Amino acid sequence: MSAAPDPRSLGHLGLALRSIGRSTLGALASIGRVVLFAAATLGHLVRPPFYWREFGAQVLQIGWCSLPVVGLTALFTGGALALQIYSGGARFNAEAVVPSIVAIGMVRELGPVLGGLMVAARVASSIAAELGTMKVTEQIDALTTLSTNPMKYLVVPRVLAATLAVPVLVGVGDAIGIMGGWLVGVTRLDFNSVTYLKNTIDFLEVWDVGSGLVKGAAFGFIVALLGCYHGMNSGRGAQGVGKATKSAVVAASVLILAANYLLTEVFFTS
Amino acid sequence: MITLSDVTKSFGNNHVLRGVNLTIPTAKSMVIIGGSGTGKSVLLKSVLGLVTPDSGTIALDGQDVRRAERDAFLARFGMLFQGGALFDSLRVWENVAFRLMRGAARRPKDEARAIALEKLRRVGLGPQVADLYPAELSGGMQKRVGLARAIAAEPEIIFFDEPTTGLDPIMAGVINDLIREIVVEMGATAMTITHDMSSVRAIADEVAMLHEGTIKWTGPVAEMDDCPDPYVQQFIHGRATGPINAIR
Repeated sequence: MSAAPDPRSLGHLGLALRSIGRSTLGALASIGRVVLFAAATLGHLVRPPFYWREFGAQVLQIGWCSLPVVGLTALFTGGALALQIYSGGARFNAEAVVPSIVAIGMVRELGPVLGGLMVAARVASSIAAELGTMKVTEQIDALTTLSTNPMKYLVVPRVLAATLAVPVLVGVGDAIGIMGGWLVGVTRLDFNSVTYLKNTIDFLEVWDVGSGLVKGAAFGFIVALLGCYHGMNSGRGAQGVGKATKSAVVAASVLILAANYLLTEVFFTS
Repeated sequence: MITLSDVTKSFGNNHVLRGVNLTIPTAKSMVIIGGSGTGKSVLLKSVLGLVTPDSGTIALDGQDVRRAERDAFLARFGMLFQGGALFDSLRVWENVAFRLMRGAARRPKDEARAIALEKLRRVGLGPQVADLYPAELSGGMQKRVGLARAIAAEPEIIFFDEPTTGLDPIMAGVINDLIREIVVEMGATAMTITHDMSSVRAIADEVAMLHEGTIKWTGPVAEMDDCPDPYVQQFIHGRATGPINAIR
């Protein structure tokens, strides 16, 4: 078999192709490793033991402690959305649609996506930094020597807690976002309070809310999975942990946006 | 008895272990010496299954460790990590009692705490530290807590990874004496890796010298000083010149 040609002999084009090829292979290998990690996590989820205490602690940490940031994000987003829709709607005398568009926009799209992104910033970074530090200080090896599987003890409780807690956060965020729109509508845009709320409720369908909660569960899974993956595979030292943290937040954020598009296609175009 | 036969391990082009052959007799304290980066930690982690060797066999009492039931195998071991590796989120007593509160060795919480306090007392720490978090302890105290955790379930085999690194000479002496006392008291098989010669003399029954991925010499600690091996002589006397390159 003849040897592969030296890309340098092909000039700049060859070098560029080699670089693109390596990057593509590297990206595919990373995706494969994450998929295997996800499969292993799901495998451990359905096999005992299950660490309830760690799960409870993570529900508090991921769900309860994220409430302020998700709530404030939703409040300001709902308010801004009301102003934008009012301003845009005024161009064709459609100011009255503010309550329904704010509600649909929040529960279908902005609630889950912005909630997911805020949780990604807060939780994926925290998980990756914590597990990365545990790895470089040999705490994960110590768990293994103490007959405790790190996947079961560290990863499964975090992934399950995030998958269950983020939809709840999204639901609460939806309500707060709608209230933000109502507050602005009533105080700044001269809407009647009762009419605003009636329009909100009348135009919302169950699936509008349900689809957002399903998205929330998917985003929670993505956030915790990528936080755990990058933490468990952290490099050595402070630099390794820093890189793992950054990678977790970036990967989780991008994947949330990509998953949001795919889920929207599945839920609303068929 | 732990037996390593032709164990090799490489990380990319870095051939860390190049055919290690070593026997650690039951109820003996084996200390593995060697410079930094010679593969001592990799060797220790290979026995525990934290690192998978590329080739060779590691047997515990004649059984290949890869074929052993994992939990039962690990239940026979205790390990003191170089930095303590205490769990930051757990209190000191919960760290010590970690194994006693989970899995096959699970005990009621009160009993596990009582055992943890007893083990803390054994390593010279009073009950007042039990409810502190590891970050509130000094380095020496963390090492002692790590030692208490390693012996909490009374394992047959205890590994010590650089037990005195980062400690002042007095605290290092305290830890060395504790290790020796505990190993003798429990009749445990011990494997220690270190480059601290005071530890070697305090802890070892047998010594093995690891260099460039192979065992250069092994024998009783009493014979170490008279051993003709130039690697051992250079290492134990800390000479800059000899067969071991000072700059690696």
